Amino acid sequence: MDTRLPVEKTYKLFIKGEFVRSESGRALAVPNESTGGITQVSRASRKDAREAVIAAKAGWHAWASKTAYLRGQILYRLAEVMEGRRAELCEARTQAGVSSDEAREEVDLAIDRTVHYAGWADKISILLSSTNPVAGPHFNVTSPEPTGVVAVVPPDGGATLLTLVSTVLPVIVSGNGAIVVAPERDPRTTIVWCECVATSDMPAGVVNVLTGLRSELVPQVAKHMDIHALDLWKSDTVDAELAKSASVDGAENVKRVKVRDAQSVDWASDDAQGLSFIEPWLELKTVWHPVGL
Amino acid sequence: MASKELATVTQGTALRPPKHGWQYAPSPEGTDHFKLKPRYELFIGGKWVEPQSGKYFKTINPATETVIAEVAEASAEDVDRAVRAARAAYDTVWSRMRASERAKYIYRIARRIQERSRELAVVESLDGGKPIKESRDVDLPLAAAHFFHYAGWADKLAYAIPGRRARPLGVAGQVIPWNFPLLMAAWKLAPALACGNTVVLKPAETTPLTALLLAEILEECELPPGVVNIVTGAGVTGGAVVNHPDVNKVAFTGSTGVGKRIQRDLAGSNKKLTLELGGKAANIVFADAAIDQAVEGIINGIYFNQGHVCCAGSRLLVEESAHDTLVRKLTRRIENLRVGDPLDKNTDVGAINSRMQLEKIQELVAAGVSEGCMIHQSHAQLPSKGFFFAPTFFTGVSQSHRIAQEEIFGPVLSVITFRTPEEAVEKANNTHYGLSAGIWTDKAAKVFWMAKRMRAGVVWANTFNKFDATSPFGGFKESGFGREGGRAGLMPYLNAEGV
Repeated sequence: MDTRLPVEKTYKLFIKGEFVRSESGRALAVPNESTGGITQVSRASRKDAREAVIAAKAGWHAWASKTAYLRGQILYRLAEVMEGRRAELCEARTQAGVSSDEAREEVDLAIDRTVHYAGWADKISILLSSTNPVAGPHFNVTSPEPTGVVAVVPPDGGATLLTLVSTVLPVIVSGNGAIVVAPERDPRTTIVWCECVATSDMPAGVVNVLTGLRSELVPQVAKHMDIHALDLWKSDTVDAELAKSASVDGAENVKRVKVRDAQSVDWASDDAQGLSFIEPWLELKTVWHPVGL
Repeated sequence: MASKELATVTQGTALRPPKHGWQYAPSPEGTDHFKLKPRYELFIGGKWVEPQSGKYFKTINPATETVIAEVAEASAEDVDRAVRAARAAYDTVWSRMRASERAKYIYRIARRIQERSRELAVVESLDGGKPIKESRDVDLPLAAAHFFHYAGWADKLAYAIPGRRARPLGVAGQVIPWNFPLLMAAWKLAPALACGNTVVLKPAETTPLTALLLAEILEECELPPGVVNIVTGAGVTGGAVVNHPDVNKVAFTGSTGVGKRIQRDLAGSNKKLTLELGGKAANIVFADAAIDQAVEGIINGIYFNQGHVCCAGSRLLVEESAHDTLVRKLTRRIENLRVGDPLDKNTDVGAINSRMQLEKIQELVAAGVSEGCMIHQSHAQLPSKGFFFAPTFFTGVSQSHRIAQEEIFGPVLSVITFRTPEEAVEKANNTHYGLSAGIWTDKAAKVFWMAKRMRAGVVWANTFNKFDATSPFGGFKESGFGREGGRAGLMPYLNAEGV
């Protein structure tokens, strides 16, 4: 009987819209639970992290300058691409040890959450802006803007596709650029998702992904002076100690740091989405102008 | 004598001030309508209590260097007492009270501030050195307005965050600066109280008096004991407030250096933090601007409150073709600024807040000179006593000069040129700070094009240094996070998250 040798995927970093190996040449072995084999993923270095910051800065500028309507359409397109790649996303999750049924349910939730966030793009400013009735002859308006470059450290060890989209999308929907430190236990799912991102028309650099050891990468993004914010989820591979030292490092450039416990959220529920996830990564700008003849 | 000089000038050919400025008859604000105590204790649990250490420090009038009063220095034990009083008031009274009743207390505070505004304004100028016309016309009305605005929010919090539940955080520890002492107390207390939190407030060590008078007002308003506690002292006291384990929320306004330290100290705690820190604002003037209005805006932007303003327009970015005109006008305009007695109703620029601050300004101005920038200084005669600094600006400044990078927090402006709007954006944003920016142009489309590109929390277009209780204030980048004013000002004091 003829047997066909499957073609294996090479899992690389995702920086500036390109899939690249770590400049360090290092790799990390991750077990594949469905085959019993292992996958070698790139183990990103400090230099990769720096490249990701440069990319994210450009991505943020390109993305934030798009209209909210277009950002919404591109995120919806991301959901379309994810729908088309359901099988591949499910496979990635089963490789991490999740049953096929669980994987299918998770992928459905992740796609629906993407649709949810697509709809937010042109509503954030409506809900968070105000014209302020100042006591004087001035027009005064406040509106939200993206914070800039945000490092996201999503939960690890749970429903890593669902938690990935649930933490990354609220960051980017407003126009931020993101650097994602992928879940260490299941980096494959993140990279497969990046293939969806790469074909969604999202500008290069909006989402950048570093795979590797979180104990190495989290301090690097926490210290980087061109990263404006840090969204850190305590889970299997980020303990309280790592989270605390990252918070200390983040103070050096007054990063907006949020440390939350992945266990505190019911990720499948509607409570795990919405404006309160978007709001921490915004800055409010107030503009004054005199009114008169 | 003054009238003779005036006559000479009006008969002259131009309305140009004499070389050493106009002469004015003194017009001091009276100080006989109130009496300060020689010594102030700590305000804890609704009582005036002596500090456990028995230590007091002196607060002086920076315009005369004379002692005004002695003020208690709170130790960590005193702060602990204050936090316990705040916790008890939170648990038993304030978080349980009907929101509409909470509102009424805050409205009372607003009214009492208005009633005692003249006294508060004079004490503010005595203790801090700011001109009485600013205390009277800016600080006091804004402080009262802030309480009035937030009072009304207390029973409308559900409307502020639709779809989410608004809950108070608990005990707030607040540390405020010396440049707008009473106003900063108002900015901190009003939203905290409206949201149902109780407070331990630490005023700045050089300007504690108006916060202590505010404590008297809170007593008069019959605010339940412990809802607001005021602990005076310096950095050690502030550190004890922000690091106290039973504080749920920390709000700090002050230098970026101290802000970073607080952020580090709070890492790993569950305390909610907001910071309002330093700035190095660009005030950008295009050649198509109404230049005389821009000159007034520049003067207000940097010399208001002696330049002790975090959002001061301390970097003037001027389009190259307008540079010479603008510099000529500024040179003349600063000669007309009256520098001197803060209590004089004609004074434009009062006393520098402290000797330490004066020395910092002197050091940075010396750095500007030694780095080769050209100094332009008013010929105003400075009083022989007290801490004063003549209005100053530098031309020939490039972005790498210290005076273009560091926050001087004094009446010192750096003039930098640009050729294109893109270059103006690049230079304006070339700073770690991001608190405010100014834009002067007669083209509306250019205003919005520029405003969108400013990485700053407050953008003043064809105006500068305007504040309002309904208008959110706060920074981007290293100027901090969180907003004060309006709906946004509630968020730092609410637990409004789905998580």
